[in-house]
Amino acid sequence: MNCQDILVSPVDAGVLTITLNRPARRNALRNQTLREIGEVLADAAGNPEVRSVVIQGNPRCFAAGADLEEMRHLDAVGLQQDERPALWRCIDEFGKPLIAAVNGYALGAGLELVLHCDLVVAGKGALLGLPEIKLGIMPGAGGTQRLSRQIGQQTAMKMVLTGEPVTAERAYELGLVSQLCVPALTDEYAFKLARQIAVQAPLAVQAAKAAIKACQETSLSQGLRQERQAFVWLAGTEDRNEGINAFLEKRAPHYRGK
Amino acid sequence: MEYQHIECYQEGAVGVLVLNRPAQLNSFNELMHQEVAAVLKAWENNPEVRAILMTGNGRGFCAGQDLGDRAVNSGEIAPDLGQSIDRYYNPLIKRITGMPKPVICAVNGVAAGAGANIALACDIVIAARSASFIQAFCRLGLVPDSGGTWLLPRLVGRARALALTLRGDKVSAEQAREMGMIWQVVEDDQLQSEAMQQAQQLSRQPTYGLGLIKQAINSAADNSLDEQLELERDLQRLAGRSEDYREGVDAFLNKRTPEYKGR
Repeated sequence: MNCQDILVSPVDAGVLTITLNRPARRNALRNQTLREIGEVLADAAGNPEVRSVVIQGNPRCFAAGADLEEMRHLDAVGLQQDERPALWRCIDEFGKPLIAAVNGYALGAGLELVLHCDLVVAGKGALLGLPEIKLGIMPGAGGTQRLSRQIGQQTAMKMVLTGEPVTAERAYELGLVSQLCVPALTDEYAFKLARQIAVQAPLAVQAAKAAIKACQETSLSQGLRQERQAFVWLAGTEDRNEGINAFLEKRAPHYRGK
Repeated sequence: MEYQHIECYQEGAVGVLVLNRPAQLNSFNELMHQEVAAVLKAWENNPEVRAILMTGNGRGFCAGQDLGDRAVNSGEIAPDLGQSIDRYYNPLIKRITGMPKPVICAVNGVAAGAGANIALACDIVIAARSASFIQAFCRLGLVPDSGGTWLLPRLVGRARALALTLRGDKVSAEQAREMGMIWQVVEDDQLQSEAMQQAQQLSRQPTYGLGLIKQAINSAADNSLDEQLELERDLQRLAGRSEDYREGVDAFLNKRTPEYKGR
């Protein structure tokens, strides 16, 4: 695949790494960038070699927002017809684990991309925020929804209405980040986490991810029913037998995604 | 670049920053803050600068905030002191403590108020015998800022920190050293040469590793032992990948003097 805005590393130990690569624009997420991420993820969804995916930026910047040049010319009708929501949906619909490695700035659309990920590893001192309000606009890619569901109304209101970012340390306390580390090791530790997940049974991982994501869509009783269904469904997989047998026989399991 | 209230130059790999408003005991006004910030920011990312030496011109090191900027007339509303702290003092303290290379302070005379705490925020503090430290804030009805209330109890213990900040006593260089507030006292006429020699010596060491040590020590006060052990592991992992580490081991094994590049 030929990408302008991102670098895609060869699959390593089941992990595919996507690097946002428009440093001169502080990795601003234009439509092209999202399209490329979506295409790579669609490809990865069908590739059994890929067990988990890391999205990272550079040491100074994960992504500093949307591309304002691209957005400023769009009027209400233009925005209405914009393909952008569909591009975000492609990322949201990716069924394998998606891990964000965040250093430096993750602002606006950058934080919304982080919120699309299942796990977040962040370097200390990174800044995460939704500064849209300072531009007379508001988050438009799930920022108000995903952020308030993850960290609660008070903190979400404060972040969205003032536009002030929080540090990675604070984001960790808020539950927005699963792991904090020394910035120079963020990408490496995100990769490590991705690899740790990549050795698990792929179907179980995907079912578990879907079950947790369903949390935001359904009532508890409905969620519990869906969880049970997925749990029962996994009993039909070879990997489930392999996993339990390997445990009882005190050996490492060999999962095949079947 | 020309500066009005500071002097700065490089001697070898040492960046020297001299506070230079001697008539006002080098007290800070806005312009001086901006100049100091610009220099430190430039040095932070400059690999040619591998140690920083801060000192003052004249008989004082720094008398903190220039109160001439702060005349309060009875009829007027109170100035917002929090604003200059937000804008200048706090970023300065963070810049010094976060500097990924050693910062040495040669305290040439009185260090009062924020001036004392700026000196104490440096990594190695060497004072002239006639220098002194005063937490003068209490005398004006203020609270020690620039990290004073955080740093002092860690340096000298709670009992002494409280007495020093509530009484505003003048502490001599020798007393400060005895309390563990500073590292060393030297004779007045030897201060600059001694501080420069130590800075030069540090500037030839494995700078990247020294920066990591500083980060570890400065993080310790906030971390639990478990967290600190993890941080040490992470920083050691990084240090172990540095060129200087290879050079150090190689020099040791081959019984030669290492030549560190600071990376």
